[in-house]
Amino acid sequence: MQQQITDPQKWMRQKTRISPIEIAFWLSVLAVPYIFFPNYLALANQIAATAIFCISLDLIIGYAGIISLGHAAFFGLGAYAAGILSQKGWGEPITGALFGAIFAGFGGWIVSFMIVRVQHLALLMITLGLGFLLVELANTLDWLTGGSDGLVGIDTWNLFGVFKFTFWGHTAYGYTLGATFLVFLLARRLVNSPFGLALETIRENPQRTTALGVPNRARLQKVFTISAAIAGLAGAILTQTTETVSLDSLGFQHSADIAVMLILGGTGRLYGAILGTIIFMVARDQLSGMNPQYWYFWIGLLLMIVVLFMPRGILGGLEKLMEKVRGL
Amino acid sequence: MNALETHNLNKSFGSLVVADDISLSLPKGARHALIGPNGAGKTTLINLMTGALTPDSGTVHLGDVDITGLESNERVKKGLGRTFQINTLFPKLTPLESTTMAICERMGVAGRWLSPLANQSDAIDEAFELLKQIGLADDCTKITTDLAYGQQRLLEIALALATKPQVLLLDEPAAGIPKSESAALFEAIAALPEEISVLFIEHDMNLVFTFASRITVLVQGKVLVEGTPDEIAHDPLVREVYLGGADHG
Amino acid sequence: MSQILAVLFDGFAYGMLLFLLSVGLSVTLGLMNFINLAHGAFAMIGGYVTYSLVAFAGWPFLATLPFAFLVTAIIAAGFEVLLFRRIYQSGELNQVLFTIGFVFSASAIAAYMFGTVHHSVPMPSFLTGYVELGTIKLPSYRIFLAAIALVVTVFVVGGLEYTRFGAMVRAAVDNQKVARGLGLNVGKIFALTFAIGSGLAGLGGALSIEILSLDPSFGFHILVLVLIVVAVGGLGSIWGSFVAAACLGIFDVMGKYLFPELGSFLIYLFMVVLLFYKPLGLFGKR
Repeated sequence: MQQQITDPQKWMRQKTRISPIEIAFWLSVLAVPYIFFPNYLALANQIAATAIFCISLDLIIGYAGIISLGHAAFFGLGAYAAGILSQKGWGEPITGALFGAIFAGFGGWIVSFMIVRVQHLALLMITLGLGFLLVELANTLDWLTGGSDGLVGIDTWNLFGVFKFTFWGHTAYGYTLGATFLVFLLARRLVNSPFGLALETIRENPQRTTALGVPNRARLQKVFTISAAIAGLAGAILTQTTETVSLDSLGFQHSADIAVMLILGGTGRLYGAILGTIIFMVARDQLSGMNPQYWYFWIGLLLMIVVLFMPRGILGGLEKLMEKVRGL
Repeated sequence: MNALETHNLNKSFGSLVVADDISLSLPKGARHALIGPNGAGKTTLINLMTGALTPDSGTVHLGDVDITGLESNERVKKGLGRTFQINTLFPKLTPLESTTMAICERMGVAGRWLSPLANQSDAIDEAFELLKQIGLADDCTKITTDLAYGQQRLLEIALALATKPQVLLLDEPAAGIPKSESAALFEAIAALPEEISVLFIEHDMNLVFTFASRITVLVQGKVLVEGTPDEIAHDPLVREVYLGGADHG
Repeated sequence: MSQILAVLFDGFAYGMLLFLLSVGLSVTLGLMNFINLAHGAFAMIGGYVTYSLVAFAGWPFLATLPFAFLVTAIIAAGFEVLLFRRIYQSGELNQVLFTIGFVFSASAIAAYMFGTVHHSVPMPSFLTGYVELGTIKLPSYRIFLAAIALVVTVFVVGGLEYTRFGAMVRAAVDNQKVARGLGLNVGKIFALTFAIGSGLAGLGGALSIEILSLDPSFGFHILVLVLIVVAVGGLGSIWGSFVAAACLGIFDVMGKYLFPELGSFLIYLFMVVLLFYKPLGLFGKR
């Protein structure tokens, strides 16, 4: 299967071409909930916000190879920042969301100095520990955060001053999906940039990139900061559209759930993060009639099966299947 | 002015001395071989030069700059390139991507995250040219793990060249390649531009005596002797300690 | 003063419990670099073994403890052979998520079998009271805990230092390649170590019922504490785990006694700072 090329630029470009399937995908996630599932717009909104969060995790885990067990910390930072801003009287959604993103990004930038200096168990434990630390902190600062009761009194103003965030969630879903799409475009641009390629090489072999002159730590700090900001944006948007935040949004369970979604969908391909989020959250919603304990039995089982038999996630498995079908 | 100099480098791990007062100079355009028995500290010396290891004492100079205090990646930017004894590549990426990345880094554009990689036409073209030169162009869109071992060795060198080094340190570039192919690889190394100074570790004495203009013999972390191939071949010390009395040259 | 001493001892006894729960993980993590977040699930299994024997078969608490160890060890060995050994070569993230998946499933099964309520078991009368030493009143159960932990420590350290199997384990922890080169069957050594380590966690789980109470989320609750002990103590170091567990227990109890409003904040802060400066933990070798 010799694939000789004469135009290397063309080859690079075609790797990033937008396929018709992608366009169809985005059109359907826009249309399907509004037309066929108007009663599920609240769920669709949650899924879209969580997909932003999952993309942020894919950037650091899938592309840069930094494993974090505490990424919900940044989701929570953005959520509380936007929530408190709104509670104190500024409920404009877009500036509020950006405020949440910048706040979380700043937190990520500070944490990144630690993250890039440790590996393996120490890295896992530091990300885990920082997550717990933040939960405890938010709990202690209950005059600001509402503690374990959650933050109340969030009021989100009309989008663009026109569209009201109603109980039915029409505005909310449009707003969140718009943000998801923009974040996706941004993330796609990032992973297809020279910087994105540099991240992949660091993930593959940090020793070699050093010998090629790459300042590994600076690159990783940058992507961690960007990822934290995106996670914060996800948190801010979910807070604005649901008008609540609780300590759970910062917690380990949330961090673990998002990692589960990412691994289910498949790391390092962006769409894996989106697909994993959709599958996980729709399944959880449909199975929530069951005792939640039993739901976790199936999730646990699915997780083990995916790791054992589909190490590249559901999307990676599908790609492999397609290749086989084409090869026949 | 020499391209690379080390002054009295010392390094030990506990009681094990791996570099003992090593002073070495590499003139511009040198083809310098570093030989010595296993465990003599050859790779350690390269690691000390590149900054992968920090010396206990002593200095490393690149041209007239003292680079002892610089990080590895900063030394690369100053013109010090290297390859590894065991293939140290990017398994899931293609040679074209790997080389393009190295060139983007050298050009200072590898931190750009909002412009497409495909727009870096200079870097991509240069990478393709380089891979052509070294004979990898036909397979440059294969995943690295799918390349033959010898091709991976070539990619090692291509990556190092992509950094446009003034000084190139090659750690057993022909390791693991069949004898018939290793000469060709060394021809490629010999054909490198005159202004690049090369220091290489090699066990095959025929290759060493064919391609090196100077040779340093390292034994137990110490420079035993340094000289031209002719001098080394006839040095009684070297014969005794290293060549085991066999005739060479 | 006597109050402080009593709190200190309380913390120490709690730390000893943490030591029992985590020592196995420290050795297995050091041995195989296998990030096993399912360790807590085995502690939970031990807890439910004891609960079942007491509640359904009417056994006295003390008689169930050897079985908490044995049954858990056997179950762990089974899963090691069936599942875990397949992912030793996988990446860290896959190991983490696989073992989290295991905990999810295990706790769901526990919820199905035993319900989601908290369980406790009746203690023999001599463990329910206090022992008075001068002005200090120490709870008998905590003395019992500390004693068991010390006995186990002696056995584990002795076993590692003075038995042939222990020598093999130490060799394999130090340098797996060399151990394999010497003809040691590292896979078998690991399976056995995994079983014993999980068995100790099971024993710890049984002993925790009185202090932490038992419910299906037990595996998750202690996971973080166990990981802190292992990471802070250093992989593969028994004494590291011992010291880290004792300190963690004392800090936790003292912290909650002196600064109740800060909760566990100080512990997490301590861990993060320590691991930043010493990523290998206090006594880690590599």
